[in-house]
Amino acid sequence: MSRIDEKFAQLRSTGTKAFVAYVMAGDPDFDTSLEIVRGLPQAGVDIIELGLPFTDPMADGPTIQLAGQRALEGGMTLSRTLDLARAFRETDQSTPIVLMGYYNPIYSRGVDRFLKDAKEAGIDGLIIVDLPPEEDSELCLPAQAAGLNFIRLATPTTDDKRLPRVMQNTSGFVYYVSITGITGAAEADAGDVAPEVARIQKAGNLPVIVGFGVNTPQKAQAIASVADGVVVGSAIVSQIAQGQSPADVLAFVKTLADGAHRA
Amino acid sequence: MADDLFNSFMTGPDENGRFGDFGGRFVSETLMPLILELQEQYDLAKTDDSFWAEMHDLWTHYVGRPSPLYYADRLTQHLGGAKIYLKRDELNHTGAHKINNVLGQIILARRMGKTRIIAETGAGQHGVATATVCAKFGLKCVVYMGAHDVERQAPNVFRMRLLGAEVVPVTSGRGTLKDAMNDALRDWVTNVRDTFYCIGTVAGPHPYPAMVRDFQSIIGKEVRSQMMEAEGRLPDTVIAAIGGGSNAMGLFYPFLDDQDVSIIGVEAGGKGVNAKMEHCASLTGGRPGVLHGNRTYLLQDDDGQILEGFSISAGLDYPGIGPEHAWLHDIGRAQYVSITDIEALEAFQLSCTLEGIIPALEPSHALAHVMKIAPELPRDHLLCMNMCGRGDKDIFTVAKALKFDMSEGD
Ligand SMILES: Cc1ncc(COP(=O)(O)O)c(C=O)c1O
Repeated sequence: MSRIDEKFAQLRSTGTKAFVAYVMAGDPDFDTSLEIVRGLPQAGVDIIELGLPFTDPMADGPTIQLAGQRALEGGMTLSRTLDLARAFRETDQSTPIVLMGYYNPIYSRGVDRFLKDAKEAGIDGLIIVDLPPEEDSELCLPAQAAGLNFIRLATPTTDDKRLPRVMQNTSGFVYYVSITGITGAAEADAGDVAPEVARIQKAGNLPVIVGFGVNTPQKAQAIASVADGVVVGSAIVSQIAQGQSPADVLAFVKTLADGAHRA
Repeated sequence: MADDLFNSFMTGPDENGRFGDFGGRFVSETLMPLILELQEQYDLAKTDDSFWAEMHDLWTHYVGRPSPLYYADRLTQHLGGAKIYLKRDELNHTGAHKINNVLGQIILARRMGKTRIIAETGAGQHGVATATVCAKFGLKCVVYMGAHDVERQAPNVFRMRLLGAEVVPVTSGRGTLKDAMNDALRDWVTNVRDTFYCIGTVAGPHPYPAMVRDFQSIIGKEVRSQMMEAEGRLPDTVIAAIGGGSNAMGLFYPFLDDQDVSIIGVEAGGKGVNAKMEHCASLTGGRPGVLHGNRTYLLQDDDGQILEGFSISAGLDYPGIGPEHAWLHDIGRAQYVSITDIEALEAFQLSCTLEGIIPALEPSHALAHVMKIAPELPRDHLLCMNMCGRGDKDIFTVAKALKFDMSEGD
């Protein structure tokens, strides 16, 4: 059982929805970022989505693009991102970390070497935006063999014909992208999301977490109430961009987590 | 290689969009169904005679095809070696080869019922061609163009706006072609239902590299028959400049299985391939990676972060190259070289004064390599270079580089 599976088992036993927080590794710098990440579980975060900076984040809006640029300008790399995860694991053995990013930095390092290093650093799962099921042999299958969860995105364009293919090699949970668009753009609507989540839950035995366009505690609650959990990214990253202290960022995260946990 | 063991180089890509290890479909899940639909529709169109009949009709009456194959006699004499032919794709409507491909994609978009067309552009030639064909068919057109390119290709920006297109300056990254492509992809994931993404080169996820190549192959097909008519045989060398590689693929593809025809692609060497990062020669100075939906050679750092290239030519300023070129490079069927800004500027001027042709900066790179190799080749060596664009768009850039003050007059 992976750390992610354990987390969901535990949440299920208490009837709680999952709150997932996304932050970009190394934003605005390594130390501040580590301080924020270390505080996330205390602020109510059940699963940490750690952004891997990339120069060309095709699926991200300006907020996360700029976060990646800040991190890269601060010297962030794939190795430093794994360092950050490793440092977090020194004090927390139970909160799952999912690495979210794009394939090229991983491909550049070499898949086998990456998987070994990621596992050893305490990473539990991967969300790689530009690896659809059609490219499963690249990283998805080797990752599962190495004991890492590979979490797939399902989207409003994933129709019933395609859904089985998307579910096939997915593990941990499914990330439902609630809008057609980039991160931080449109606003998700719980009414639209509910039937989609039900459709995906039916297609597989995995928790469905909803993200994109969730930016307030109320939204987090509304979305979480129709899914197994909710992800917030851009809204948190915006706080960091505005130069809020880690304490203030974490206080904001807590309001979101509380919202989701009220669901 | 014995003839009976000969494998065709023209069968790619495979069903997964791979040319050897290159190509593929590295896109987000939101786009995947769209790309599969595009592939299905393109497969139907390409075996449909009525599709090609419409293409040929427009190529003939709207674009002005076939473009001439011109024997450049003064250039030939000046260089004193190979017999130089120029494929005059700069005479096409809108001034470059780009419209060959745009017509194909827009006809396909219309068949698919799409009403909104988006495109990325570097030099602005693909943007102008897309805006042009959209105007002709009454389609909404949005062109993403790096802010830096908006500045250095101002005449083309105005052209696009005259043609009714919306030009969106892209400020992410360093504001060049790669960043424009990112923003076009971001538009596409947002507007999935009504929008067709018209890619301007042989890059992007499958089926784009193959589809754009097929549309541009009219160039090489014409050269084959025109050269047969002029010389009674095929050329010995074909040569073209490479940004993403579409004009080059269009010229090369029909010759891939003619083993006696040597094939040379010319990348932008900027300030020199050794100078750190100040070039766009993905094959000579990069290594394999994944960007914009395909695996190919890329300019990148040790961490797999993509580097911004550098070239005087906005149309070559792209850190990648089409996957089919990456494959042809690896298997050795084509040779890839690079030419610096300074060499290209010299070729630009030579073409003006010797042949009365003001070339775009992109084919000036190819011409600069012709200048290097032609003198060493025998007089009966037939060398065909793709003059893929005209230089109107570049006169301000060239004036600046040559320190010519346009306001002075004479
Ligand atoms: C005249 C001309 N040639 C070449 C290119 C580079 O593109 P490709 O390598 O796809 O032909 C451009 C791109 O804008 C161009 O305008």
